[in-house]
Amino acid sequence: MTYTNLPIKLQALLDEFAEIKEKSERYQMLIYLADDFTEVPPSVATRPFPEQNKVPACESQAYVWVQSDENGKALLDFAVENPQGISAKAMAFILKDTLTGEPLESLLRVDENIVFDLYGKELSMGRSAGLTSMIALMKAQAKSILSN
Amino acid sequence: MEEKFKEYNNSEILVTTQWVEDHIKDFADQKGDYRLVESNEDPLLYHSKHIPNAVEIDWTSDLNDPVTRDYINEKQFEELCSKKGISTDTTVVFYGDKNNWWSAYALWVFQLFGHEKVKLMDGGRIKWEKENRKLVKEIPELPKAIYKSKIRNDKTVRVFRDDVLAAIKLNIGLVDVRSPEEFRGERLHIPGYPNEGALRGGHIPGAHSIPWASSIQEDGSFKPLKDLKKIYENENNLSKKQPVITYCRIGERSSHTWFVLKYLLGFENVKNYDGSWTEYGNLVGAPIEK
Repeated sequence: MTYTNLPIKLQALLDEFAEIKEKSERYQMLIYLADDFTEVPPSVATRPFPEQNKVPACESQAYVWVQSDENGKALLDFAVENPQGISAKAMAFILKDTLTGEPLESLLRVDENIVFDLYGKELSMGRSAGLTSMIALMKAQAKSILSN
Repeated sequence: MEEKFKEYNNSEILVTTQWVEDHIKDFADQKGDYRLVESNEDPLLYHSKHIPNAVEIDWTSDLNDPVTRDYINEKQFEELCSKKGISTDTTVVFYGDKNNWWSAYALWVFQLFGHEKVKLMDGGRIKWEKENRKLVKEIPELPKAIYKSKIRNDKTVRVFRDDVLAAIKLNIGLVDVRSPEEFRGERLHIPGYPNEGALRGGHIPGAHSIPWASSIQEDGSFKPLKDLKKIYENENNLSKKQPVITYCRIGERSSHTWFVLKYLLGFENVKNYDGSWTEYGNLVGAPIEK
């Protein structure tokens, strides 16, 4: 799918995924990215994590924190409570890695459909719901900061 | 055999993680008496690592028809089993993530085809991992098997929406295994986003709210028989002789409770409504309680 005005690093990653033809290769790439996932630091949040940061419909109990630095650039953090939630960890890593440091407004342009570009179009409704909700909650938090 | 297994109605249906470890070689041998199948919620998990010699059966791409909302037919089932090294006579041992939701679901789908030689690894993948048992990345190359499927028979373990609508008026136990929040029809979604694919929230009138995790201990394994009896029979007045229907959102968590009621407690007539809330919560005119 073609998107307009996506943050450059995210677009570059999507372009890379678009070159992948084999499902197994796509999965290995996502597993590789999930390996680099790092959890929200204690300076941002500690357990029990607030309910307002919990991603609805995510089977892996993912949490999202969006903050703005003094220049209006995005700071993102995530937690994934399910140790076997590799898909959620990959998604969290991708969002944190490609969007940290981008203007907060640019987060609003991230289309939830990128989930299918990354994980494949065959992703079921149940499996995609949690991943798209991670993006939706990230955008909702960014919007809330921008409107205050 | 673990002591608690002996008390269950079907003492052979569960195996321990140790039993699986002891049979690792059998899962890849030429005879094909045993095969080990991992079924997960997370599509990446098997590909990251799995129990040695396990093959994967994915509920979306392997068990569901790609066009109609239904399961595969006999021919597709034969092809799937053949590809996975499973013959008509193979004992299939299932395990997976999410405390065996999807592996119980796969085991349930195997019952549509009358494949009764099945077992579930108690505690699922999380117990195996917590016990620091071996996981590998290598996908086993199993010899193709010959599978001759029985005619798919949905009547023994599956119900459809009309059966559920009829059940509301009869003495049929309806068991809603979703979370209490889902049962109460509370909004669980971000405003502007669909509520788990259903237009209405709530539950089927008269349903008992017994979340699937009620049957699970802290280590992910099933509770002993006396605890299960207390929850399902004493506290919720369900009886083994009574017809019972389980449901959740799409039929996976309810397969888990279907397994508990059928094999561990010995309910004689328990069926899974796989249409579940994604069908019922969208049905025009269907009665709903909150």
